Amino acid sequence: MNDFPDAPYYARRTILKGAVAGGLAGFGFGSFPFPAFADADAKEWPADAFKHKNEADTLKALYGKTAEPSDKISLDAPEIAENGAVVPIAVSSSLPKVTGIAILVLENPNVLAAAYKIPDGTAAAVANRLKMAKTSKVVAVVESDGKLFTASKEVKVTVGGCGG
Amino acid sequence: MASTIRVRAVASGDTTEVQSLIRHPMDSGFVKDAKGQLIPAHHIEVMQFEHGGKTVFTALWGPAVSKDPYLKFSFKGGKKGDDLKVSWVDNKGASDSLMAKIQ
Repeated sequence: MNDFPDAPYYARRTILKGAVAGGLAGFGFGSFPFPAFADADAKEWPADAFKHKNEADTLKALYGKTAEPSDKISLDAPEIAENGAVVPIAVSSSLPKVTGIAILVLENPNVLAAAYKIPDGTAAAVANRLKMAKTSKVVAVVESDGKLFTASKEVKVTVGGCGG
Repeated sequence: MASTIRVRAVASGDTTEVQSLIRHPMDSGFVKDAKGQLIPAHHIEVMQFEHGGKTVFTALWGPAVSKDPYLKFSFKGGKKGDDLKVSWVDNKGASDSLMAKIQ
């Protein structure tokens, strides 16, 4: 019957509404068969880092640090790229606690080509295909234990990757 | 509409190797069409891979990534039959996602 004899009528309606809403919410979450996966979020995109024309500014914008060379980074890129629109480039590293890898193409209009976030448990390695406008130094950047390291290689391009 | 995402994830021991190929023009914004007009930049900005409710890889791409972008990476902890969620969003706000099974 009426459990709250002293409460005004509207309070009882609020409690009932809350109980029904809570029940529905519980039912909704309980019926999902797998944990909620989030989608790729455009807010993560470091717009400013993709605008720079040199290595130092790009790394400052992307990681807030400067880098030093390391021989523990393996940058796999062809000596000569026949098609600048599709240059296969792979980076891997034996440095410890790698949290990020970035690849820069120094002669491109904007130097940063791609950046990767490497969570705990993911290998410090990535293979991708990039556009190169012309013959250029390619720089692989690895963020390891809070510090930045780089390795570079000159890649010759016979047909430029900018379509002209 | 068919997915733009093709992914192959293979578990070997405790390591899962993932290869993905996305159908996307990845226009850099620097190329002109037949009429001499610049084709505006249209490229994927963020691509994400998730396993067990945790992000295992995030790609932040600019216009210099090749058309129909390919990616390969590996992570620990996946096993055959597990779900791997792949999603991307581009600079025009378009997106796609796919739930794949690790083989």
